[in-house]
Amino acid sequence: MAMTREEIAEKVQEILVDALGVDDDEVTEEATLMGDLGAESIDFLEIVFNLEKAFDIKVPREELFPAELASNEEFVADGKLTDAGIDKLKSAMPHLDLGDFESDPDVNKMSDLFTVASIINFVEGKVN
Amino acid sequence: MRWIWIDKFTEFEPGKRAVSIKNVTLAEEHLHDHFPGFPIMPTSLMIEAMAQTGGILVGYERKFKEKVILAKINKATFHDIVRPGDQLTLEVVIDNIADEAASITGTIKCGENTIADIKMMFSHIDNNIAGMEFPEENFVFNDQFMGLLRFYLPEGTMDNFS
Repeated sequence: MAMTREEIAEKVQEILVDALGVDDDEVTEEATLMGDLGAESIDFLEIVFNLEKAFDIKVPREELFPAELASNEEFVADGKLTDAGIDKLKSAMPHLDLGDFESDPDVNKMSDLFTVASIINFVEGKVN
Repeated sequence: MRWIWIDKFTEFEPGKRAVSIKNVTLAEEHLHDHFPGFPIMPTSLMIEAMAQTGGILVGYERKFKEKVILAKINKATFHDIVRPGDQLTLEVVIDNIADEAASITGTIKCGENTIADIKMMFSHIDNNIAGMEFPEENFVFNDQFMGLLRFYLPEGTMDNFS
């Protein structure tokens, strides 16, 4: 069944409020999961569990977590993603909005790409 | 004092649910300090009892080969106090179990009286997504603990385990 972006966003917000103990109004589309909402690794698993249940989808871990990418020498040099790394990020995680990240692909800034909007995009790609 | 906060399992359905019992007694030293003249079981220890009940149920799914640790208390609501002489029944249901982690929902009752509602998550720490490393030795389900487990899990539960 197709869902509108608003319907998806509403459920995603509910899941994030629940998992991260934040207020409704903190969960804006631009909010970063780790920086703004304080998500830790175990929280991501809870979010994955609850997304799978709420939307009846499967969430392969490598599609939401970039851990492997950041530790692979082919994709990272001098603390920045290489061109190959950026290509990999784009193909593996099309739901991310890279914005200015490409001009300064510092791996430490990678976590800022994981926003509430990226989760909504991800779910939208899965359910529709 | 031994760090075991449940006394036995009364039900054990692998992969699904388990029920354990904890008898609270004034022989437990800490009750005399918590609080002097007004002994009640600390809520933190009820969480631990729930974590042990749930952790064993989750550990069973990987034949106790993987280390299972309490990673997150999603929710813990306490409705009443627990006194010496009370018998607690802890029921755990597995909500999710995956390679990296598991989540459970638990209820603690004393008779018909609900004491607590708890939701928690466990990490399978050798497959944790944060990429942290832990000692090879199984410090969770060690030999001493496993010996005890054979004693207090219902008979036949661990027949297939090496």
